Amino acid sequence: MKRIELCDLTIGYGRRILLDCVSAAIDAGLLVALLGRNGTGKSTLLRAVAGLEKPLAGEIRLCGRPLRELPPQELAQIVSFVTTEKIRIANLTCREAVALGRAPYTDWLGRLDDADCRAVEHALAVVGMAAFAEKAMDRLSDGEAQRVMIARALAQDTPLILLDEPTAFLDMPNRYEVCTLLRRLAHDEGKCILFSTHELDIALALCDAVALIDSPQLHLLPVGKMVRSGLIERLFDSETVAFDAGTCKVTMRR
Amino acid sequence: MSILVVGLFVCDLTSGAVGIGVQDVWNLMTGAPCEPLTRDIILKIRLVKALVALLAGIALAASGLLMQTLFRNPLAGPFVLGISSGASLGVALFLLGAPLLGVAAHSLLLGIGTIGAAWIGAAAILLLIMAVSRRIKDIMVILILGMMFGSAVGALVEILQYLSNEAALKTFVVWTMGSLADVTASQLALLAPAVLLGAALTFAVLKPLNLLLLGERYARTMGLNVERTRALIFIATTLLSGTVTAFCGPIGFVGLAVPHLARMLFRSADHRVLMPASMLLGMAMLLVCDLFSKQTALPINTLTALLGIPIVVWVVIRNKSMV
Repeated sequence: MKRIELCDLTIGYGRRILLDCVSAAIDAGLLVALLGRNGTGKSTLLRAVAGLEKPLAGEIRLCGRPLRELPPQELAQIVSFVTTEKIRIANLTCREAVALGRAPYTDWLGRLDDADCRAVEHALAVVGMAAFAEKAMDRLSDGEAQRVMIARALAQDTPLILLDEPTAFLDMPNRYEVCTLLRRLAHDEGKCILFSTHELDIALALCDAVALIDSPQLHLLPVGKMVRSGLIERLFDSETVAFDAGTCKVTMRR
Repeated sequence: MSILVVGLFVCDLTSGAVGIGVQDVWNLMTGAPCEPLTRDIILKIRLVKALVALLAGIALAASGLLMQTLFRNPLAGPFVLGISSGASLGVALFLLGAPLLGVAAHSLLLGIGTIGAAWIGAAAILLLIMAVSRRIKDIMVILILGMMFGSAVGALVEILQYLSNEAALKTFVVWTMGSLADVTASQLALLAPAVLLGAALTFAVLKPLNLLLLGERYARTMGLNVERTRALIFIATTLLSGTVTAFCGPIGFVGLAVPHLARMLFRSADHRVLMPASMLLGMAMLLVCDLFSKQTALPINTLTALLGIPIVVWVVIRNKSMV
């Protein structure tokens, strides 16, 4: 089943068009990387799919339903979003932060029932942060905080998860670990995960498909096809670096 | 987790209630003459004053916490952001402006007019700050703007004072000193429902406040109707800080300091704990200030500043990275 469908979608700000009349669809159980140069609209596209930004034209359908017809609470049960914001709140424990993800399911006071608590503990365990449950958010490293925010999205229990540059600020092992975690979630739990990144090598090594923004177009292809398409070279090659499709590596020009 | 919260909540209520009970009694006893006949009357006056202290404490602390979470700013508070100043301007326009226009004020009309003017003034400044904070995310800019609003209002009030006659001026100057004592039992009938309604509204937004901890964008993706929440917080803050400013004058630093005290004592970021805790601590702080005020004859304003400023300085030093 299609989780995300973009139908003749146009996004941008006022006169500045970032994506012009693009169409694409992503299935359940796939990990998809969103690539593109700075300022080409990766974050804007993610925000539009999350319902935070209105498209200029066209339609976004989530799980077969038009996004703009979904009331906020139902939308929050379909799509969760991990932004680039650093969340460092004193006294807020990891468990409490993850529990906020249950908001679409809890009552007016946000009280958790047994199912909610199980979802929270499960989410913490999946991202490997169960031992940190009682630790305050302002005492975490960047990698730990990112995992907690992913756990919060998991607790929200949505078929679709969006992440805006989840690997930024992270060191090399953490980048791979976070991305393998996302891959596991997509493949084992059947989530549809779309994340923006600048890590070309990680995207090609771990993702099922790549969405490449070639402003104002969007190309969505399985990884193998994307590598052979020549699009990556066209977009990322510059005077100093070159992409080699044979080895999937970026090299410095001599 | 929910059991823990309920436990804390109950703990919080009982411990607070006892503390306040003790203070309340103490409050009633100090300076009370021994003659049993007059004692009854004094008890009634003192009771009104203590009730006003309780209500003002609730209102200022709750609106401080609302502001700090809404603007995600540890230094936000009704006084710092100029909302109290806005209310002051409203009151000044009413108290000083009405006589200028030759409108004679009946005492009850004076009460209703003052409170209405304070609401309008507080709401206007709050709207301005909310509009600016949508465009500018920088915490410092908002704080500086709040200070500028405050100063601008001060200047406007001075112009009004310059133009006013002696009687109106005196009413206003006495009002600016801030006092819990000037509230009469009939005014309490206006103050209490307004504050209680504001407090009830804050309890309706406890879950939204928790979501707003992560910022508006996250809150929205978790299904929060941010516009409605902002509107509710806006109304609650206007009711709470506007009403108290109208009746007791601008009382500073309670709204800023008390929520931090609550965070420190209860080691929590959960508004279901922080809100009642702040309200209780706010009540306690104003009662303590009131006690000192009676003994030293200093205005309540001065005392809340003396008590609040050390807490604020401590917050600034501890949160260097946040500000």
